[in-house]
Formats: sequence, structure tokens, C-alpha cells
Amino acid sequence: MIYVGGLIFGLGLAVSGMAKPEIVLDFLQFEDFGLLFVMGGAAVVSGVAFAVATRYLDRAPLTAREYARRVKEFDRNVVLGGAVFGVGWGLSGICPGAAYASFGVGNYPILWAIAGMFLGAYAQGYVRPTSTDDTTTADATTR
Amino acid sequence: MEPFTPLLALGDPFPRGVVPYLIGGLLVGLGASVVYLSTGIIAGASTFLESTLSYVSNVDRFNRFKYRQSRGWRLVFTAGIVSGAALWAFVLAPDPGIWTTRVEWWRLLGGGFLVGVGTRLGKGCTSGHGVCGVGSLSNTSLVNVATFMTFAIGTAQIVQALGVSP
Repeated sequence: MIYVGGLIFGLGLAVSGMAKPEIVLDFLQFEDFGLLFVMGGAAVVSGVAFAVATRYLDRAPLTAREYARRVKEFDRNVVLGGAVFGVGWGLSGICPGAAYASFGVGNYPILWAIAGMFLGAYAQGYVRPTSTDDTTTADATTR
Repeated sequence: MEPFTPLLALGDPFPRGVVPYLIGGLLVGLGASVVYLSTGIIAGASTFLESTLSYVSNVDRFNRFKYRQSRGWRLVFTAGIVSGAALWAFVLAPDPGIWTTRVEWWRLLGGGFLVGVGTRLGKGCTSGHGVCGVGSLSNTSLVNVATFMTFAIGTAQIVQALGVSP
């Protein structure tokens, strides 16, 4: 099911054009605001799934996991990381999910970006101590 | 490079129409929901970077329990993303075929590097924070999305102003 979900996810990224850095850059340069619909539409659908599952459903059928919302602790790294990510996104027009999808549409130059992402993730993992953990607060009862 | 037929031309703000964007966005949300409803797993694309690094690196951070434990399904999810996009590009699209970007390699590499640092530092990316986090109405995610949007727009405008295109 994870594969199927990923497949639909990737299909959506391809249909929406997110897999094409040019379209993302057009958005960031205020030439095409379509991306708002991608993020908005996606967040609404997942928001409904989150709301229904945490309220009315008990546990996930395949894993018996409890349903929880995605709530992460806030700290200054959230803003700092967001800023660094933003500069990277604005420079390249690519974010992780869209990069994998871009590879799927045959865009081999994207391997530069994927290599860059792994290098970046490696660099921060190498530098940061393990103790600065980012834990997901899984609180199924939060409304 | 206009792959989409603008079914709904709204004029200037949406030169490619809104329909492909909307359908794509709904599918992205649906994909995340399928994973979530069947397994309870909250899908994000960027943790894949760290969890996959745990296969090849001894750095402690990548070998934390949650990465080692989740690296299997993250590979499957990412394989799904790649094949879903391929399914569109080579089978379902109105003009099937390979598509390559014209964005310069150094922008992809450098931007990718910053994306790699930033998403991991900021605990998520466009899918983790932007789709699942915002869908969860998480304040952390809303702040993160607002931050990266602001910096991304600023950067893209500066790069454009400097005459780098594409």
C-alpha cells in the first residue's frame, strides 16, 4: 500500500508539473500561481484524511498503528531550516519529493539535485550531534 | 514545453490553467492519504535522505532507531513516487516521452545541497510540512512553510534579477 500511495503521490507530482523545476521557478517568480492549487489541494485532501482518521477511526488496518496528526516540536531550527531550504528551493526549483518524481519523468540532469540533497543531508548529519533529536509528538487525542 | 492543454484559461496568473495543478494536488494528497489510512504512517519525502544514508554511513545520526526502522518503507515509497511519475510521463500524458530540465547543473547541485541541509534541519520538506503538516494544522509546519516560501520567492527573484535563466 505504501508503494501504491507513493505511486499516486508521484503521479500527482508529475501531473501538476512539480516534477519540472521550471514550473516551480515560474511560481516563485510570480509568473504562474498554479502551485498554490497543488499545495492547497494536497493539504485539503490529507487534512480530511487526518481529521477523519484521528477522530473516527481506531488503528491502521495494515500496521495496527494509532492514527496521529503530524505535529512536530517547534524550535529555532524549524525557522533556520526553513530558510536554508527556501534558498535552495528558490535556487534549484526542486524539493525532495518532486526531485524523485522528476527522475521518474526521465529528467536525468536532476541527478545533480538528488546528489546535492544527499550531500546536504550527509553534511548536516555529520555536523550535528545526535542529541538534538527531532521527535514527532504523536498525540492522537489532539484536536 | 507546454505539456498541458489549458482547460481553464484564467488569463495571466495561470498561463497553464489551473486544472492540471488542482488534479495533481488532489492526487498528491490522495497518495499521502492512502499511505496514512492504510498504515498510519505520515508520509514525508525528505527523511528518505537520512534513512537511506544509514545503509552506507556509520554516522550516528543516520543510524538512529527511527531511521533504521523506517528506511525500508521509505525506499518503497520513493520507488512509488518515481514510478508514479514515470507512469504519467510515458503512458498517461497527452505527449508521452522523456522530459529534461534546462536549469543549470550548478543550480541543481547547489540548490539540492541547501535543500538537503534545510529540510533535515527544519524537520521536513514540502510534503512533510507542506502537505501532511499543514493538513494536520500544525503550527510548526505553518511557520516552516511560511519561512521557506518567503526565502524561496526572495531567492528566485534575485536569481532572476541577476539574469540567470533558466
